[in-house]
Amino acid sequence: MPDFVLYALVAGVGVAIVMGATGVFVVWRRMAYFGDTLAHSALLGVALGFLLGIDVNIGIVCVCLAIAIGMVFLRSQRHLAEDTLLGILAHSSLALGLVTVSFLSALRVDLMSYLFGDILAVSAYDIGWVYAGGTLALVALGWMWHDLVAITVHEDIARIEGVKVMRVQIAFMTLFALVIAMAMKIVGILLVTALLIIPAAAARRFARTPEQMAVFAAAAGALAVVLGLQGSLLWDIPSGPAIVVAAALIYAASISFPALHRG
Amino acid sequence: MPDGLPPAATGEAAALVSARGITVRMGRRTVLENVDISVRRSEIVTLIGPNGSGKTTLVRTLLGLQKPDTGTVAPAPGIRIGYAPQQVSVDRTLPLDVRRFLEMSGSRDPERLAGALREVGAEDVMRREIRLLSGGELKRVLLARALLRDPELLVLDEPTANVDVHGQIEFYELIRRIRDERGCGILLVSHDLHLVMSATDRVFCLNGHICCSGRPEDVSTDPAYLELFGDGAATVAVYTHAHDHHHA
Repeated sequence: MPDFVLYALVAGVGVAIVMGATGVFVVWRRMAYFGDTLAHSALLGVALGFLLGIDVNIGIVCVCLAIAIGMVFLRSQRHLAEDTLLGILAHSSLALGLVTVSFLSALRVDLMSYLFGDILAVSAYDIGWVYAGGTLALVALGWMWHDLVAITVHEDIARIEGVKVMRVQIAFMTLFALVIAMAMKIVGILLVTALLIIPAAAARRFARTPEQMAVFAAAAGALAVVLGLQGSLLWDIPSGPAIVVAAALIYAASISFPALHRG
Repeated sequence: MPDGLPPAATGEAAALVSARGITVRMGRRTVLENVDISVRRSEIVTLIGPNGSGKTTLVRTLLGLQKPDTGTVAPAPGIRIGYAPQQVSVDRTLPLDVRRFLEMSGSRDPERLAGALREVGAEDVMRREIRLLSGGELKRVLLARALLRDPELLVLDEPTANVDVHGQIEFYELIRRIRDERGCGILLVSHDLHLVMSATDRVFCLNGHICCSGRPEDVSTDPAYLELFGDGAATVAVYTHAHDHHHA
């Protein structure tokens, strides 16, 4: 196996595991559009990274964080419906990112690779980033897991039972921003949400507990990466979309199985 | 609650939670105006009022979930509160059985969880999915989770909505038994007085403000109560009244 395929596999599986485990909350809390918004804003992070001469990954995390935390506060103001607010943030940040990138044309930012991912170009450095960030993300997720599930089920009861709701929400947004920054390198801005929600949706039929669903979603995501990369090499198709197609096929297979149980 | 208070120090000192002059506005609308209410130990207090009268807002304010625009809420220091909201809607993508739901109270001991379900008469639902429970079963499971907190104050928002009359009578008997056995204060929210009556010590009748309050047998003949709930509300409804509900 050539090095670049091995690198792609290792990085892709790492990202998919973290995204599967995070993605279950995106599904339970109906945050798919929110994930989209963060992914769109990531391009602005890329542009700022180049502009300020800092690591692009750090630029992405910073912009995603700013958008995520801004969203938590804007939502509590209740001026506009949430999907409208997200639409404004998603498209204005993507546009702002594109405008900024156009000023940087001298630097030859490979726009396509950010929009659709370029997993076959990952380096050992990227893998280090994915596994360091991924481990941090999983540890953080484990630490806030029970509080986050409690808030997802009923925010008021959680608050009365002593959960610091605001703190947990901000922690989760931070985690989410980190995960998206990691993932866009692999599948690209436009396909990030797919890897968050499709494996989680595929896991639903087989899970009896929230924890099981997270584990199954991580496994489904990893499988999608393996199958997608195979297909990508075999038929010479773009790898990011191939991974998403593989995830969609796994989902389709999952719903055609008879349900393992009926509550 | 401070220990060692002499029994004479009842009234305000014994209140588990008391609110004074609560006003809550949502945008331009005044949802609650100058509301006073308190719940004492071993007492069942019922809050009644029509839909949109601010019952849930008042409960959320008492629980510290909603900040009042004016007025103060004073919970007894360190008080343990159990809260069963009107509804819990678990997203259909979230696999969650009753056992896991009850564990969220902080108690993992299977014996305790089973005990709580037994106490509310729902011992056979432990392995069922939360979102597939019937209305009545869900109400009991919510009550069980609140009880697992070993509460000094139990707050139940519409515990008998979507429950048939027979089930409602049973539920109020259960609530009274919980009060007798545990000695906790209980705040009930309801939209009608009929069945709550037998299990209630004090009633607050709410319609943005407190229209009337007192023992259930007094409130049920109060003109303000009758106006709010219509003539069918009283067993002997012969009152007319001049109360026009524009206090401000």
